[in-house]
Amino acid sequence: MEWITNPWPWYVSGPLIALIMFALLFVGKQFGMSSNLRTACSIGGAGKASDFFKFDWKKERWNLVVVLGAIIGGFLSANYLSNNTVEINPDVATKLETYGITSTGDAYLPTEIFGVESLSDPKILAVLLIGGFFVGFGSRYAGGCTSGHAISGLSNLQLPSLIAVIGFFIGGLIMINFIYPLIF
Amino acid sequence: MKTLVYLVIGVIFGIIMYKSEAASWFRIYEMFEFGSFHMYGIIGSALAIGIVGTQIIKRNNIKALGGQDMALKPKAMSVPRYLIGGILFGLGWALAGACPGPMYVLAGAGFGSILLVIFGALVGTFIYGVLKNKLPH
Repeated sequence: MEWITNPWPWYVSGPLIALIMFALLFVGKQFGMSSNLRTACSIGGAGKASDFFKFDWKKERWNLVVVLGAIIGGFLSANYLSNNTVEINPDVATKLETYGITSTGDAYLPTEIFGVESLSDPKILAVLLIGGFFVGFGSRYAGGCTSGHAISGLSNLQLPSLIAVIGFFIGGLIMINFIYPLIF
Repeated sequence: MKTLVYLVIGVIFGIIMYKSEAASWFRIYEMFEFGSFHMYGIIGSALAIGIVGTQIIKRNNIKALGGQDMALKPKAMSVPRYLIGGILFGLGWALAGACPGPMYVLAGAGFGSILLVIFGALVGTFIYGVLKNKLPH
């Protein structure tokens, strides 16, 4: 059964992501996952606090259905299609050990951060909440995330998307080179 | 019927994200350490096909189902908006090890802690909406 649970190589995964983008274009939509967060805020009544959330969110229901599908896809993959471990570059794994993250190769996400027992650690709670905060704030500020800018926008040769993706990497490199040593 | 199409697209997307390991914190960290070609290969090959396909669509003026134009409108130009927003997003992406698509996938995979990341992302989106007019765009 290994052929089912083995991870997919990049040359299978990347083209399939492009197909997802084209499938959405063919039904008249645009590939972009972070806009669902804005839709969710609108449904939750955020329009009372800012006009940014006053829009016809019902037109965005299709994207929430995509999210529902992604949740189902995650469930199916984790339960039936994967052994839920990720092998990475051994040098990187060694570096993670110096941060106290030793679950590399044994888990899909580091148990030191995403394990239920880690939730009692205020530092880990802050990592999860602040990480999420920046993803939400930054993606809306930049007008898109990995799917909207790095895939859709760059495919359409949009300079704004190139600037955003350069920003993604500046932020990511600052985080792992300068901030990780301070928090882990 | 259309709802079913979106659902199927979402399910396939979710499986791709999980099976490609693009939803794994380890792979995101490894990418920012330039430790493997894997993530660059995923994004690069998606882009190579995406660029060629998008050019074919534009040059032949191919329409979406129902005859409407495809959603390929150019984005308004700005540097601060995309650069600052992008940097903030990158900080979060590397800290949480997940971007918006994989967040939902990981919730479905049963990682309860990801709900805190999603909650943080909703708060971040909300605060952006409140501060929007005070930020450089």
